[in-house]
Parts: sequence; structure tokens; C-alpha cells
Amino acid sequence: MKQVETDIAILGGGPAGLAAAVEANTAGCRVLIIERDDQLGGILQQCIHPGFGLHEFKEELAGPEYAQRYIDMLEQTSIEVMKGTMVLDMTPKKEIYAINEDGVVKVAAKAIVLSMGCRERTRGAIKIPGFRPTGVYTAGTAQRFVNIEGFMPGTRFVILGSGDIGMIMARRLTWEGAKVDAVVEILPYPSGLVRNKVQCLDDYGIPLYLSHTVVRVHGKDRVTGITIAKVDEKWKPIPGTEIFFNCDTLLLSVGLIPENEASKKAGVKLGRTNGPEVNQFLQTNVDGIFACGNVLQVHDLVDNVAIEAKKAGRMAAISVLEYKLPNITAPDAVAVVPGEGVGYVLPTKVNLDVPEELASETGPVKVSLRVKQPVEEVDLVARSGETVIYKKYLKHARPSEMIIFEVDFAKFQDLQIETPIEVLLISREAKDE
Amino acid sequence: MSENQEETEGEVIQENAGEVVQEKKVICVICPNSCEITVKQMPDGTLLMEGQGCKRGEQYASDEFLAPKRTLATTVRIHDAFIPLLPVRTSVPVSKEKLNEILDLLARIEVTAPITCGDVIVENVLGLEANVIATRTLGVDTCTKIACELPA
Amino acid sequence: MTQYDFVIIGAGVTGTAIARELSKYKGSVAVLEKLSDIACETTKANSGIVHAGYDAPTGSMKAEMNVKANPMFDQVCEDLFIPFKRIGSLVVALAGQGTDYLEELYNNGVERGIPLEIVSDLDDIKKLEPNISGETEAVLHAPTAGVISPFQLAIGMAENAAINGVEFFFNAPVQGVESMGGFFIVDTPGHAIQTKYVINAAGLYADEIARLAGDDTFKITPRKGEYVLLDKQADLVHKVLFPVPTKVSKGILVSPTVDGNVFLGPNARDQDSKIDNSTTLSGLDEVMDGGRKLVPSIPLIDSITNFAGLRAISDTNDFIIGESKIVKGMFHAAGIQSPGLSSCLAIAEEVVNNIRDSGIDLQLKEHFNPTREKPIIFASMPWSERDALIKKDNKFGHIVCRCETVTEGELIQAIHRPIGAKTVDGIKFRTRVGMGRCQGGFCTPRVIKILARELGIDEDDIVKREPGTRYFYGETKDFRAVTTKKEGLE
Repeated sequence: MKQVETDIAILGGGPAGLAAAVEANTAGCRVLIIERDDQLGGILQQCIHPGFGLHEFKEELAGPEYAQRYIDMLEQTSIEVMKGTMVLDMTPKKEIYAINEDGVVKVAAKAIVLSMGCRERTRGAIKIPGFRPTGVYTAGTAQRFVNIEGFMPGTRFVILGSGDIGMIMARRLTWEGAKVDAVVEILPYPSGLVRNKVQCLDDYGIPLYLSHTVVRVHGKDRVTGITIAKVDEKWKPIPGTEIFFNCDTLLLSVGLIPENEASKKAGVKLGRTNGPEVNQFLQTNVDGIFACGNVLQVHDLVDNVAIEAKKAGRMAAISVLEYKLPNITAPDAVAVVPGEGVGYVLPTKVNLDVPEELASETGPVKVSLRVKQPVEEVDLVARSGETVIYKKYLKHARPSEMIIFEVDFAKFQDLQIETPIEVLLISREAKDE
Repeated sequence: MSENQEETEGEVIQENAGEVVQEKKVICVICPNSCEITVKQMPDGTLLMEGQGCKRGEQYASDEFLAPKRTLATTVRIHDAFIPLLPVRTSVPVSKEKLNEILDLLARIEVTAPITCGDVIVENVLGLEANVIATRTLGVDTCTKIACELPA
Repeated sequence: MTQYDFVIIGAGVTGTAIARELSKYKGSVAVLEKLSDIACETTKANSGIVHAGYDAPTGSMKAEMNVKANPMFDQVCEDLFIPFKRIGSLVVALAGQGTDYLEELYNNGVERGIPLEIVSDLDDIKKLEPNISGETEAVLHAPTAGVISPFQLAIGMAENAAINGVEFFFNAPVQGVESMGGFFIVDTPGHAIQTKYVINAAGLYADEIARLAGDDTFKITPRKGEYVLLDKQADLVHKVLFPVPTKVSKGILVSPTVDGNVFLGPNARDQDSKIDNSTTLSGLDEVMDGGRKLVPSIPLIDSITNFAGLRAISDTNDFIIGESKIVKGMFHAAGIQSPGLSSCLAIAEEVVNNIRDSGIDLQLKEHFNPTREKPIIFASMPWSERDALIKKDNKFGHIVCRCETVTEGELIQAIHRPIGAKTVDGIKFRTRVGMGRCQGGFCTPRVIKILARELGIDEDDIVKREPGTRYFYGETKDFRAVTTKKEGLE
């Protein structure tokens, strides 16, 4: 068994892992990226459409291009990379057991950054009844076939879910000569970016059926058609509203789930996002294990992934080179909870007992959240009891767009630890003032 | 078409001279406001706009009306690399009307590794003053440009 | 070879058990399977339970076979490396259901020599099964019940039969069975097979096979059962949980599987079609409601897939095992509904007895190999063994299925063993690749590549199971070139 020692082990060499690695190495740590694929770049390698790095590089890059920027950066660093290596086990002592074609590798790390990304929600998880023919794919798997493996997964498509992946694939498939009959969305509003709705669906006359869902998959061996129907407020199909499409493929774009199987093995506790619970330093409940990117919360802009990942890398480096960071299980941690209108909020807790130098190094506390449904003209408020520590007017907010704001750490100092900080939306219309 | 479908762009209304020649609804994608801008073209060619939130939106709506452009991203066949496809894109947005032609051209192109991210695969494609560039480095030892072969 | 002593029609758990049993004797045996692999129909989609044997009506073949077979599983599963766990079962009487039924079953058990106990104290019941409904009044505890993978059982027995000389033919639907006096001609598309005796283990189609030979004494009705499968659960349920049943089915169970998943189901709906194994919204709702009655805290959010199986119900509602009264030399093993899986080992012996009773001379082989090469299961190996294995063959260092921790080495093994995998489902059922929480999202591209490479065929031609279950419609660039030529440029 090969034994390897490093300062910081980074699990996953996608955009989050790469950014965290560069940051941690620049800060002076030995860094090892453990990547299960034969190439770095993660999911970006199959996202060949532009839209990445607008804030970071001031250019609209394709996914692989963005990844290439970081991969090229690695040459100037002393970062080590183990490709084709899958982590199978991890302990709270930060011992990692992985395998590759040379055998079993045991990595002993002083700190770990979790950046494993996420997986797609499947048909079974949303219970679409019918036969089980081939031709039902999650959008990401179909994207891999089209862009990397080089095979067409079908000729005529219905796409369930109007998230960005589904809409991007609608255009991609059309560009490769296929026909997309419809995009179907159970919510009464599209769940992805407006820009994608315009440039992927409207541009190609692909209809979007809101408040509809798939009620039957036809075809015993291969999909021969899909029937959709309108749903009521309880998401139950309304009889008599069925529409049939004579297609051969159903793509599912129905949600992403952070991939935390390895995290659980190390005793990391998961929270509302299905990602690890973290404090403002992105440290989990296990000392020295940090999380960033889609494994922590599903992002919509890779630029935000890079910012979050760099922070995790920097924090991991501090924990190795300087001192232990505050832990969310400590009694000085105040909980941050989602209130009215908010689906989830991070960090899970804010540690109040923070050494002076750490507080000045990290600056304000960064809060990220998603709203439950599209709203207009609201105040986004963070408050502890009656004490408001943040307030901002939002003209509109959508679940598909992550909201990030900062609060000076000083504002947290006099708060009661027992009172959770609530992050909520207050409708402007409801206010009397 | 179901009543729940989102409205798509474009309604052409012919009106008599002196009044609106053509009208189009454009959803701006520059920022999250997603303003719905109505663009009206007058007989003398000027554009009247309603609903824009800023100058950038005005510019976008004007472009969308007169000459909509899109960045095309697709793949081309590649030999001697560990995967069979190389991702590419147009270096700048190109006329929306020309996308299909470019896609057909690229479906017939084949290149050979090594290719460096940024390499020009097709120069000045269809004379549109945009290059088709590689967006991934595949199997590179040295950074050399590779000429692509266009089958007859 | 087109001449055999015995032809077995059907390669489900019944057919493969009989094949293995017959392979202990001298004589040539062939198995004809309509579909593309072992266990493609009823055997693939059922509860995977080895019942204790108290349940079937006294005097029925079901009861006799189940009771006889239950203790046989330990040896066979050890010989063939088939995962099998005797976790025990509980029949759960909820408040208001009374305990008469439990007592009836208990008495059956006593008569049949099955260890059973009735537990009526809720605290004691909760020690057996902590998450059981608080409404539970009493349970019948049967420690000898167990869970098994029906597919692993069938493939294990089939491989063993093949090692001992049995030939298997797939995609070989039987279209004719003609008795020519001293032998039979069995017709499959393009091939006629001559055989002395025919064994009818054709599951849903056993009545049709019988009728082909001239025996129309029984009818098979398909009964659909739908299931919901949950992700692996460390501590949700520990035993097979049965409700108090209805006349038509054992009711909706909640049970761990031998691999650590939990399933709910099956419901029971008779139908005419032998092909329709689709799931229905109302059926899945019925299954989820039923499951929640037994274990209210079931995390349905962990559901990873659902499916339906078709049971073969004979019009006698019992197994039909014996020589055909109309067609001499044809032996039935038909109507194998629950407890069919639990009984298969005894059914196989019974068929062999029937053959002997018919006057046919059966002689044991001198050398019967009761075992098979142990399949490598990376997921359950200790770390030191894993390291040694990878150093010997680095294909075991590539993970193909991250949800179930299955390596490329295991896939190659599954393709090249006797009766090797030729389809994606063939890989799935032999190695568990694709059975995890991502349901093939990660592994499918890799499985297709490896299958194509090992079988020497194009990726485009790989199918999931039957010939029509294609994945691809050509290479991406060809596709665009072809479709735009057809439709013209826009």
C-alpha cells in the first residue's frame, strides 16, 4: 500500500478543487489533488458552451477553456495531482484511502478540502411511472455522450425540467441535428436563467410547458413516446390535459444533489443543502475538513465557485500553517437559519469567538442563500431577534440565482448566541412604513 | 400551443407609412432585471424603444432587432486524442442566421491532436470576421497550430 | 449440437435450478431461453425472499417445496458464493387486525417443524425491529426466513450447470414442441432441436408451451407486483416485514435486501398482458402507503428506483410439478408464484424425482463439480487484499461504478465467465453496476465502452437487454450531416 503525506488533500479536481489548490499552494502549503477522472476539469469539460469566467477573467469562456486556465496555472505551482484515483474511504483523522491502477493509496493530510461536486437526480427519485425502456437519460449523462463520447443519445427529445442544464441541452441537441419537441416544467416558472430560456428555447421555437409534468413513459424496449399533463397546485396531474409526443428520448434535468458519500465516512455532518454544515470559514464539524463548490451548495455561476473555493483553500492553509480554526460544534457558534421565503442559507453557523488576526484576515462574513420562489420588491433581512444586522432591497429574486451578501464581523459581536440569526424576505407591500 | 407557453419573440406588424414598420419584443439578457423591451422601427429606419432599464439594454435590444448575434459552441472530430471530439466556439458572436451553415461546415471537419486551447481551427469562418477556436487542450507537447482538413 | 436428452425451456430461477440438478446426472442438457440472458422476467423483479415455509396452505406443493428447500440454501449458497442472509421475518398484526391469522400461521409452522414465536409485547417487538409501527399489536417471528439476490442465485446455478456440461441458448423463443413418439422436436427460429424429454419451466408462458405440445390442462395468469427501492439504509429495518395478508397476495412488505437496500412492495393486480411490466402512479402510491403502515418513518425521499414484476399464477393457485398427463415425456415446473424462489432447490429435486418415477434411468455422474470460481467482489475486500489484487491486474484499480464501488476488473470478469454478460443489464445484474443511487448516470458511458471493447463490437450496437433497447443513434457528427441533408438548411 502506497503511503503519501501532504499538507492539504483536495478531493476533486474540478473548478472548485483547482481554485482551492492554487490558493492553498500559493499560501505555502504542500497540496495534493485527488481526481477520479483521467483529466482535470471536472464537469466543466463537458460544458462546452460559453458563459464561464465573465467576472473572473472578464471573458465569456467555454467550460473547458475556463478549466484550462487553472490547469495551465498548475504548471507554475508545486501542486501534486493524482489522476484516475478514486477516494473510497476517509476517517475523521483525515486519513484518505483511495485506489488507482497502481494499487491502494493511503493519504495522510493535515487538512482536507471537499470539492467533489454533485450528481443528478434520477427518474426513480421522482417516480415517473411506465415502462423502463432505454432512452431515459439525465441531462448531464446525455451531455457527456454528445460532447465527449461522441454518440447521439436519441433523435427526438422531450426534456423534463427547465433548469439550465436542460435548456442548454435543448439547444445543443438542436445544433447537432436532433429535434426537441418540448421542455416541461412542473413549476409555474422556468427554473433556469432567463438568458437560457431566450437563447436555447425561444431562438429555436421550442415550447416550454409550465405547470406540466411527465405522466407516462411509452415503449417497452426503447422510448416510443412521452405523455405529459398539466398539474394542479399540489403537483397532481389533471385528467384530460394530456399531451403526447412521439419522441424517442426523455432527458431529465430535475435537480442536482451534492455528492457527499466520502464526507459522511469522515464523520462530516450534512445540512439543508445536502452538503456539509460549515461556519464562516467553510470548515465542517470535523477540524481541518473544509468544503466548497457544488459539494457544499449547488452553484449557478462558476465564478462564485472560484471565490468560495479560494477561501476554503486559504482557510485550509491557515489551519495547517498557523492555528486551528473555530469549529461549528463549539458553544460560541450562533446558528443561521432560513426564514420566510428563503430555501436555505449558508454558513450553517457563525463562530463568534474568533482570534483578532483571523477576523481581520477574513474580513466580513459571507452569506449565501436561495429564495424559495420568484419574488419581487422584497427586503432581504438578516436579524437576530429584533436586531437587524443586514437589510437590502431586492427588486426581484429567483431560486435559480444564488444571492450572496456580506456582513461586517463586528455586527455579530454583541449578538446572543442562543438566538439564531434568521435570514428572511419581507415583502415591501406588506410593510406599513 | 398551450396557454402556458412563454411568449416567444417577434411579431411583425405592417402599418401604413409614417407609422411603425416593424415591431419586436426583446427580453434583455444583460443583467438579471430581464427587461422586456419593445423595439419599433420607423419608416426612416430609426428605432423607438420602450421598457429598457439602461443604455446597455438599449444597445442589446438594438442589436437583437437589427442583427441578432450568437456565440456558437460545438465540437469537431479529432484524431489521436484520448477522446474523439474537440470542443470549439466562435471567437466572437456571429450572425444568428449563419449558425446552421457553420454547424454543417464543422460537422464535416476533422483535426488531429495535439491541439492547444485557443488554436484557430477555422479562420474567418464564412467570411464573418470570426474564428472558430479550440476551447480545450488535447494531447499537446508543444504549442503548434494544426491546419485542419476540409473534406471535399 | 442439436440432439439432447433433456431440453429445459426457461432460464429463470426454476429452469436454472433444474439445470443444475440435472447436470449431476449423465445425459446431455440444453436450456432454451426466449430472452437475452438468465432471469430476465419474473426472477429478476421479485422480493428476493427465502420464506420460512409456514404460509402456504397445508397440503399444497407450495408448502411442501418451501419447507423442504429452506434449509438447503446455506450449502448451495456457500458452494456457489451467492449472498444469502437469514435475517428472519415478522408478520405484523396492527391494532384492530387481531391475532387469529398469526396463530393460524403459527400452528402451520409447528406442524411443519418450523421454528416460530409470537411476540405480543411492544417493547420486545421493538427490540427485534426498532422502527416498526407503534400500532403493532403482535408479530409472528420466523428466524429461518432470509433474503437473497434472485439474480445472483439464478446466474450462480446457471454457471455451475454450464461448468457441468449444460448448454444455454439465449434469444431462443420456443415456437413449437412436437411429440414424435420417442422424442420431441423443439422449434426455435432457425433451429430445430431434437430431445428425448422436455422440461417446461417457462414461467409466464408455461401454459403456452404446454399447449404447443398438446397439453391445455392449465392456464397462467400474470399478476403484476410493483416495488419501490430505497437507497442503502444502515438502520431502518432489520427483518422482512409482512403485513396481515389479503386473499390475493402476501401484502405490501418492507424488507432489507441482501445488499443493504430497502424495498417496499409488491402490490397485486391481475392482468391479461404477459408483457406489460410498467409501473403505475396508483400502484406506486399503493405501495408507498402500504409500506408506511408498517414503518411510518420510511424515508421515501431516499427512493432511487421503482419497477414491476409479473408473477405466474396458475389456475390451481399452486405449483404444477409433474409429468404432463397428456404428453408423456414432458415435465412441468409451472405456476411458480411465491414461494417459488424459496422452493426452487426442492422443485429441482422434485422434477428429477418425477423423471425417475416416469421410468427414465438417471445415473449420477462420477464427477460433478458443485462449485464455481469465486466472483471477485472488490467492495467487500479488505484494503490489503485490494492492493494485492490491483498490483496483479491494474484493471481492478479503475472504479466504474462509484455508487456500488465496482471496478473494471469485475466487469471484465463478468463478461468472460461462463454465460458471460453481453448487455448493460447483464453487467448490472452480475456486478451491481448501475444499481446505486445515481442509477447508471455515472457508469453507463464506461460500461458501454468496456462491453464494446471486450466483445469486439461497436459501441453503437451495445444494448441494455433485448435487441430493441438501443442507446445510440450514430456518432454525433454523422448524425448532423445526415439529418441536415434530409431536412435541408433552415
